[in-house]
Amino acid sequence: MYAIVAGGGKVGANVARSLVRLGNEVTLIEQERGRFERLEEEFEHQVQRGDATELSVLERAGIARPPDIVLALTGDDEDNLVIAQLAREKYGVEQVIARVNDPRNQAHFDLLGISPTVCATSSIMALVEHEVPEHDLIHLLELRRENLEIVEVQIDRDSPSAGKRVEALDLPDGARLISVMRSGRAEIAVGATQLEAGDQVLAILEPGKEDELRRVLLRR
Amino acid sequence: MNVLIIGCGRVGSSIALQLQREGWDVTVVDENEDALTRLGEHWPGTFLVGHGIDVDLLREAGIEEADAVVAVTDGDNTNILIGQVAQKRFDIGCVVVRVLDPARADFYNTLGLRTICPTKTAIDSLMDAVRSCEIAPPVRVSR
Repeated sequence: MYAIVAGGGKVGANVARSLVRLGNEVTLIEQERGRFERLEEEFEHQVQRGDATELSVLERAGIARPPDIVLALTGDDEDNLVIAQLAREKYGVEQVIARVNDPRNQAHFDLLGISPTVCATSSIMALVEHEVPEHDLIHLLELRRENLEIVEVQIDRDSPSAGKRVEALDLPDGARLISVMRSGRAEIAVGATQLEAGDQVLAILEPGKEDELRRVLLRR
Repeated sequence: MNVLIIGCGRVGSSIALQLQREGWDVTVVDENEDALTRLGEHWPGTFLVGHGIDVDLLREAGIEEADAVVAVTDGDNTNILIGQVAQKRFDIGCVVVRVLDPARADFYNTLGLRTICPTKTAIDSLMDAVRSCEIAPPVRVSR
């Protein structure tokens, strides 16, 4: 596989190194001179110096071949957006992954159809939410392309769903239960599965259905 | 008519002052508070401090009622993003962005963004100026 990695900071350099170790052909692009010189000692001809939002720099890195994948991993969200758009729209690169530095910019990537994206801050916040739940409904995974999300709900003694079978629940359209975790063991949720207090239930649903699901399972 | 100008450097501030004189309601956004001084002592329009890709700030600056948006910050990629957000998210009909890099300006033109490239304009003007000079043809000396 041939990969272009734009941005030689910690993220970009580590990704490039991992790709090289897996036997891939990689070109890493870094703009800043000092950083480029340090990278050159390790990556030699596999790192090029330049602004990866400039067409001539991308072309020197072989974007017209085109590469199998372009990774826009700079520390600047505007740059990552432009790199991703150039790769996809101008050079027909099929796989583009973009880094989102400021989670508030996620909406811009979505607006311009840049997907998939990776945002360390959002991932960490999702983990924090999972480990230290502030809410009764925890977002585990967002399936952006499918427009679905997976959430976890904790059933307690007062929940109206405790003691009920899944088929007896009046689940909203666009929401399904996936599995039930009880005493450390998970089971796929089927119609006959009976929910009990203490269960951790995974559900898949369309964004915006959270309140309806919460009402049915928890009456909150 | 409302115009929102993002970036209050030499170019942004001149456009702001000129449009204001022509009767537009002008709102200017710049990251740097000091940029307000470029608009003179009695700027009658609105001036907000913040980053032009911040949607909350754009809303506060009245982008939803804007007839035109001009993106002239010192970052090409910032202008490109602001322009696309104004066009695609807020449905602004008149969006003009400055892009100094001719190659990027051309590419985003093909994507439907109205990019203005001062570099290209400068190249053309300078070339015309050179060509229009009256210079005597070099004298060839034969040995």
